[in-house]
Amino acid sequence: MAGAEGDDSLYPIAVLIDELRNEDVQLRLNSIKKLSTIALALGVERTRTELLPFLTDTIYDEDEVLLALAEQLGSFTVLVGGPEYVHCLLPPLESLATVEETVVRDKAVESLRKISQEHSPVDLEVHFEPLVKRLACGDWFTSRTSACGLFSVCYPRVSSTVKAEIRQHFRTLCSDDTPMVRRAAASKLGEFAKVLELDYVKSDIIPLFTALASDEQDSVRLLAVEACVSIATLLPQEDLEALVMPTLRQAAEDKSWRVRYMVADKFSELQKAVGPEITKNDLVPAFQNLLKDCEAEVRAAAANKVKEFCENLPEDSRETIIMTHVLPCVKELVSDTNQHVKSALASVIMGLSTILGKDNTVEHLLPLFLAQLKDECPEVRLNIISNLDCVNEVIGIRQLSQSLLPAIVELAEDAKWRVRLAIIEYMPLLAGQLGVEFFDEKLNSLCMAWLVDHVYAIREAATCNLMKLVEKFGAEWAQNTIVPKVLSMSNDPNYLHRMTTLFCINALSEVCGQEITTKHMLPVVLKMASDQVANVRFNVAKCLQKIGPVLDSSALQAEVKPVLEILATDQDMDVKYFAQEAISVLTLA
Amino acid sequence: MSAISATEKVDGFTRKSMRKAQKQRKSQGSSQFRTQSSLVELSPLPHLKDTPSTEQQVLFVQKLQQCCVLFDFLDSVTDLKSKEVKRATLNELVDYVSTNRGVLVDSAYPDIIHMISTNLFRTLPPSENPDFDPEEDEPSLEAAWPHIQLVYEFLLRFLENPDFQPSTAKRYIDQKFVLQLLDLFDSEDPRERDFLKTILHRIYGKFLGLRAFIRKQINNIFLRFIYETEHFNGVAELLEILGSIINGFALPLKAEHKQFLMKVLIPMHTTRGLALFHAQLAYCVVQFLEKDSTLTEPVVRGLLKFWPKTCSQKEVMFLGEIEEILDIIEPTQFKKIQEPLFKQISKCVASPHFQVAERSLYFWNNEYILSLIEENIDKILPLMFGSLYRISKEHWNQTIVALVYNVLKTLMEMNGKLFDELTASYKADRQREKKKEQEREDLWEKLEALKLQDVSNSRGLQIAQNNNNNNNSLTNAEEPNTSAAITDSVNSQTFNCAK
Repeated sequence: MAGAEGDDSLYPIAVLIDELRNEDVQLRLNSIKKLSTIALALGVERTRTELLPFLTDTIYDEDEVLLALAEQLGSFTVLVGGPEYVHCLLPPLESLATVEETVVRDKAVESLRKISQEHSPVDLEVHFEPLVKRLACGDWFTSRTSACGLFSVCYPRVSSTVKAEIRQHFRTLCSDDTPMVRRAAASKLGEFAKVLELDYVKSDIIPLFTALASDEQDSVRLLAVEACVSIATLLPQEDLEALVMPTLRQAAEDKSWRVRYMVADKFSELQKAVGPEITKNDLVPAFQNLLKDCEAEVRAAAANKVKEFCENLPEDSRETIIMTHVLPCVKELVSDTNQHVKSALASVIMGLSTILGKDNTVEHLLPLFLAQLKDECPEVRLNIISNLDCVNEVIGIRQLSQSLLPAIVELAEDAKWRVRLAIIEYMPLLAGQLGVEFFDEKLNSLCMAWLVDHVYAIREAATCNLMKLVEKFGAEWAQNTIVPKVLSMSNDPNYLHRMTTLFCINALSEVCGQEITTKHMLPVVLKMASDQVANVRFNVAKCLQKIGPVLDSSALQAEVKPVLEILATDQDMDVKYFAQEAISVLTLA
Repeated sequence: MSAISATEKVDGFTRKSMRKAQKQRKSQGSSQFRTQSSLVELSPLPHLKDTPSTEQQVLFVQKLQQCCVLFDFLDSVTDLKSKEVKRATLNELVDYVSTNRGVLVDSAYPDIIHMISTNLFRTLPPSENPDFDPEEDEPSLEAAWPHIQLVYEFLLRFLENPDFQPSTAKRYIDQKFVLQLLDLFDSEDPRERDFLKTILHRIYGKFLGLRAFIRKQINNIFLRFIYETEHFNGVAELLEILGSIINGFALPLKAEHKQFLMKVLIPMHTTRGLALFHAQLAYCVVQFLEKDSTLTEPVVRGLLKFWPKTCSQKEVMFLGEIEEILDIIEPTQFKKIQEPLFKQISKCVASPHFQVAERSLYFWNNEYILSLIEENIDKILPLMFGSLYRISKEHWNQTIVALVYNVLKTLMEMNGKLFDELTASYKADRQREKKKEQEREDLWEKLEALKLQDVSNSRGLQIAQNNNNNNNSLTNAEEPNTSAAITDSVNSQTFNCAK
């Protein structure tokens, strides 16, 4: 193996390194992305002694190249000779962790975190931890932000003296004078707390948490809210009141809406972290305030959490709390001035019925559902309709049908085709819950009207919808109600509508079964083979190919084959193509 | 920021239509906790000018305190009378500090600053439109502007009053005050930002102790804008202030200022909304170069590093900035950057986007740039020739073709001999390039094969590689060559990096 191949692989190496220095960024990028191939070709030793030093010196490059490099190095351990040598990867990654571009830096930190696990405890203290320290003391803020993400991965595996140093560095970064670094520290606070011993959580983390939560920059304070969840989970219940709650209360009433938004957004997590007692005493009033906040953003975030919050309330007092504290706020939100708030509420409000049970739903929630079904904003109505199944389980859908119908009709005719599309998607669900009679009476005509919508996506969805309806209501129903209407469209002067007939047949033949397909659909399809529009003709060919498996062999031979043979000699090349394809797929040749 | 709702998921167009709907409501209130119940009604105090001068101070303070009451302007029907009283009082206060001498006694400062802080310093509300595009969308205007405008006016007059004492004021106009002022630059209301610009400029001028702090905070705002949020409404205004600050820098420039140029202003060219503040940004950059021409090379290399890859609109802006830099460049500096720069320009003239091509070809209309090119024609012509020659044959836009012919003619006149040589070797050069390309592809193919082979050998991998290594170190015929090649390349790279 040695001789010839060894020589052969030597030449490319120089060229490869040259490739990494190519003038064209794209080529450099390509080479970097294939760095593992290069390393493999070089072998572990030369990768360590030549390639890595070269890479460390190349750091001044375009960010895109650096990003690829940072990513590659994270999985380079094997290529430098395994865990024993993994520390060789640290110098280039250290440089990458100090560049300005956030994406590159984050990737470098991610790779560093990954390879930290591959260090032996000794190497971690000898090589990795000093790197973290250097970054933490860097002059420019970028290296200090990167350091924040590395403490938690080395802390659990180092000696107690080094641990003390790490805690000290983290403390320093939490009070750094650039907000960028404080933000990085605040966002890693929860993660760091998790690896600390409980005593240090109390003595170190809590003061840092309190300080960050009252930082002068709201962008820092809001990150402390995130940390609050992890910290509260770590502490024993009896310490929460004194150590966490004052800060949380303050955050819920922060003067910046961004911080309050964050509290609302993390409310379920907070609720779980602080437990039922504090929830009852503190979080319930806080939640009420968030639902009544002066900023719509905050109200919407809180409205999104209504169902989850109620679900997670302690069972013994759940109903009372909902009825006396939450529901009054919810009622106000139904007529909020902001549509995002209303639609956030509409997406969860139906879920309350399962929690409150039948009587309360009928008495208190039903009026709200009805109001939202009549909301001026289509999004609100859609959100209600899309969650009908929750209510159906509790009180049945009949109670709503009177209001439901106008809402559906209006959405079905909405000027925006994407709204129409959304409501079509709920039709099978509605049909299932409203029953066949109600459907025939009120909704069938809507479903047929969609087939001639002027937007293709709607016609397509309508076709698919018919198939799902037949799956629900059966072939007999199909034969009586929809098949005649679909087939009559084959005589429509508009060729797009004639094609819709074919698309419907494609979708329906299988669910309708052989009899209906052969007796009713096939003759129509065959007749359309002589349509003057080529698009219709080649769709006939495609349609025959599709429904062929449903038909029996005599029909295929006697009726389908001759027509396809004619189409195969059509003057239009597309018609010919699809006819021939159908003949070969159906093996009629 | 706003809730992601069901239709936003199903309907990508909803947002646009909602945006249109929102345009109707343009004014915004500040994000504050307001008490629901109406406040105490304000009653007008006597006029200052009708009051004996001995009592004026007391009345002045009373009026300042009266103006600390805040009103909800989104509600246009409540407190109409009180709102009017406050407006009139504010007008009177503006008048009072701008026309009278001797009214700014030390004891009034805390009340003045308190009134200003109470009215101005507020959390800005969430943007009505999360994807607010300052170029297309109408900004939301501050609803309380009738009062806030007068407070800004008052602050400005206060700062400009001849009796104004920075030594007294610095106890109140401190770092915290400045920080809150800077936060307001994110306001969507251009009228507000305009006031803030003038005011911050005055504060920077009068409070020497705050200068470093202000620069550092602007630095932080910019870094956050560039690397974290890409959103801050007041970038253009802050850059405008910086433009005049840079103008006043003493020479030699401090390391801090150079760092600001290289680590903040140059990366700022990568942001999405560049069009909104490019003029101000380019002005700042050129100011730096006028101060210290040795910064030219790092600046130009920085711009080349961040040269737009896909956005032609930005590319045109970059070309504009390069021309501004070339206008003031020193010939010795030009020599240092001509090679990388003209490689880029040669790509630009060949751009299929005719505005980019056109903008770069316009360089040849600039007398000073022409003289620089002529001086260095031996270096520049070979860089430009390939693109120009190709484009002259195949660009779709006739205007560009005509411009290219003119440029080729100019270059030919500068050095006809070199031009002829390049014309003669054009074909051979292209073929050589193609061949090189082919070789590169072959190389990668070979490598891929090697990789596959190694993977299929899986267990034998380590041993095979060890063998390879042993071989390498033993066959000294080849080994030194290769490592020399590598060391060479490392060295040349280091040279490239050295600025």
